[in-house]
Amino acid sequence: MSHLSDIKLKIWRQAGPDEGGRFESYLVPSISDEASFLEMLDVLNEQLINEGREAVVFDHDCREGICGTCSLMIDGQAHGPQRGTATCQLHMRKFQSGAEIVIEPWRASAFPIIKDLMVDRSAFDRIVESGGFITAETGGAPDANLIPIPKPVADASMDAAACIGCGACVAACPNGAANLFTAAKVAHLSLLPQGQPERYKRVEAMVETMDEYFGSCTNHGECEAACPKEISIDVIALMHQDYRKSKFANRKTLSRS
Amino acid sequence: MSTTTLAGSEKLQSKAPAVAVPEMWETFKSDMKLVNPNNKRKFKIIVVGTGLAGASAAATLAELGYQVDAFTFHDSPRRAHSIAAQGGINGAKNYKGDGDSVHRLFYDTIKGGDFRARESNVHRLAEVSVDIIDQMVAQGVPFAREYGGLLDNRSFGGAQVSRTFYARGQTGQQLLIGAYQQMARQIGLGNVRLWNRSELVDTVTIDGRCAGIVTRDLVTGEVMSHAAHAVVLCTGGYGNVFFLSTNAMNCNVTAAWRAHRNGAFFANPCYTQIHPTCIPQADDTQSKLTLMSESLRNDGRVWVPKEIGDERSPADIPEGDRDYYLERLYPSFGNLAPRDISSRTAKRAVDKGQGVGPLKNGVYLDFSAAIARLGYDTVWERYSNLFEMYERITGENPTKVPMRIYPASHYTMGGLWVDYELMTTVPGLYAAGEANFSDHGANRLGASALMQGLSDGYFVLPYTIGNYLAPLLNKPTPGVDHPEFKAAETAARQRYQGYLDIKGTRSPDHFHRELGKIIWDYCGMERTEQGLEKALSELPALYDEFQKDLRVTGNGESTNQTLEKAGRVDDFFQLGMLMCRDALERKESCGGHFRSEYQDDEGEALRDDENFAHVAAWEWTGDPMQSTRNVEPLDFTTVHLATRSYK
Repeated sequence: MSHLSDIKLKIWRQAGPDEGGRFESYLVPSISDEASFLEMLDVLNEQLINEGREAVVFDHDCREGICGTCSLMIDGQAHGPQRGTATCQLHMRKFQSGAEIVIEPWRASAFPIIKDLMVDRSAFDRIVESGGFITAETGGAPDANLIPIPKPVADASMDAAACIGCGACVAACPNGAANLFTAAKVAHLSLLPQGQPERYKRVEAMVETMDEYFGSCTNHGECEAACPKEISIDVIALMHQDYRKSKFANRKTLSRS
Repeated sequence: MSTTTLAGSEKLQSKAPAVAVPEMWETFKSDMKLVNPNNKRKFKIIVVGTGLAGASAAATLAELGYQVDAFTFHDSPRRAHSIAAQGGINGAKNYKGDGDSVHRLFYDTIKGGDFRARESNVHRLAEVSVDIIDQMVAQGVPFAREYGGLLDNRSFGGAQVSRTFYARGQTGQQLLIGAYQQMARQIGLGNVRLWNRSELVDTVTIDGRCAGIVTRDLVTGEVMSHAAHAVVLCTGGYGNVFFLSTNAMNCNVTAAWRAHRNGAFFANPCYTQIHPTCIPQADDTQSKLTLMSESLRNDGRVWVPKEIGDERSPADIPEGDRDYYLERLYPSFGNLAPRDISSRTAKRAVDKGQGVGPLKNGVYLDFSAAIARLGYDTVWERYSNLFEMYERITGENPTKVPMRIYPASHYTMGGLWVDYELMTTVPGLYAAGEANFSDHGANRLGASALMQGLSDGYFVLPYTIGNYLAPLLNKPTPGVDHPEFKAAETAARQRYQGYLDIKGTRSPDHFHRELGKIIWDYCGMERTEQGLEKALSELPALYDEFQKDLRVTGNGESTNQTLEKAGRVDDFFQLGMLMCRDALERKESCGGHFRSEYQDDEGEALRDDENFAHVAAWEWTGDPMQSTRNVEPLDFTTVHLATRSYK
């Protein structure tokens, strides 16, 4: 175990949604290279409280890369420099002593800033509420092994279902689009046999709710690069394909295909 | 301190139907009162917490037609900590044809819990486990499958059958997303009203019934009352009392503790589970510990160097100099010995000086034999996400260097006392999932937490709550303008302003660390009378300092995580005292509660069934050091009390 020294931080501080924000500079004199990035912020916050100042607000919870609560643009990259890694799993061994690190909140019009580095991502929930589910009310489900699902299909569905809903795709997108998030959910459900009955209704509702809040996709591919779960933009093609079908074909016929 | 009697408290009636255990649930369902579908909308139910238990309860209750208000302190219901469960969910499907059955899952759970759980509840859990798997598959949970397309299973600790369903190493995530989506559907339909970033700060009891809750908006600081016919707490466990645990940073006991202070008995707080396979602590700034799924023990072999202080790298230690201690001590279960046993043996190895790693605070979990037997690709496919997570945290690749693991606080079996209907001692107040105490006794088996959360939320509460509500039809209930609500709001505002006004010198985290150290040292993996008494003398003193020297910066009118933390640490202090008292009073070893004074010649837990085959449920009296201990005797009519052996 060794220590990094003199980490210089430039952090976005903003008192509330309607307040102006600014960068403030802080110094973390020493931190273990075994510490995670968020533990480095914990150390900073302890320092600030000791000085009688208000701690930096940031969202975080599981610190295992699965809950999707953490965010942060670190030096302009969503979730920082390590590919396929959420901020909470980023460790200080990826940085050098004396590093200057710029930390900002997700920047997207659909994610208004609540305070400092914390943003409101509820627009994601609205998309899921509009159709991101398979209607299967409790009770009455058939035996789990009734419908065999080929392993490659189940695996492809799982690849898409791995999305943690963190919003990095939106933050990384120059258009602030949520296509990767929405398409991951569409693909997760539409690849499965259980997802077929609502396949076209689902994609239509979700895409249109998405469009109410988020920008449009122009195939930059930044979302895939930023995704901590490395979800492929192939899912976006799937979503577009289904959305087009949902608009042009007869639903009664489609649902049987 | 009170002495133990087996008489049993009148307040602790399980109300399980008076028939044989396997017939209880069917009997209950036949006899329970029903609410007509058109009348359900006249009832409002509050569900606090949106993990597996909360989301599944909210979704199902709304499907039935009740008005549901769901509360989460997260930004989205999908963040709840159920999401972090890795390994799997048990279901007595017997798809492998290896001899599994409802009875066997029931038996394994009772035995795994060291005969300290209520038979009636556990049998029901095993029964509905089968429905859970069907339900989750119908919702689109992409469980692992075999090439023929049927569901795959694996084995978990404490079981000799393969009954665990899994979705890579992200089973909790996939199940939670499934339950979340069902709830989201109901939100979209307008049947569930979601309150996010909203924390329960009090429960309100009026005329002997739970009348609602008081919440604090974590964005604006606004304190608000919510009235309902029934309240369900699905607010998780209290493992963060140890400061370092595998729980998420925001997991806390506040909801359960506030309910306890308002009359709900708190059962078996000393039953905490220390998970054997976590990544050892690396430095002093560490904020939490990370679990490595128990499923790894299917293919990983646990060992330490035989020689104390062996400095060689693991590759240089020949087979003959390694002690595969679980395989040696527990040949029939081997590396899949239950969690409490695996944890204690790891602690003993490290305490003896056989620990490995830079801080000598771990044991090896070695995959080289599995890779040689099955091939790298198979092992990688099974555990890739865990291996990657391990490497991100430690910088080491576990397919090349054995993983280092050490036990950490992970789950709490104790919780709010509930009856067979999951109702606490306060009428109308329910507790489900990890927040209640009911199914895991003194030790939980792997892959059973997800099962219990979904069982309670999908298949138990939606039945039992109607039994309570039916007689309340068209009867007036108190609204939020009732003086009791107003009084609770005022108390909550004063409480949070109070933390800001102390203006001391130490942060909530500082106190939390100190508290956690005391609890871990004296009420952790091994407990002694002397240690617990020491903890009970140190805790009130530290709590006193907390109340006088806390420093919370910022204000109460906008997001203030320091202030949120202060409230949670306050409640952890009081819970910590109760935990130590419970551990002191339980003069036996059972499951996760290991009292050094009570062990046999081979170091195994020595239960005292004559005096302690009961649930201890504590009643609040205004001071956690003075709470009253009540007893619910446990009858074993279906499973015979036996010494737990995994040899």
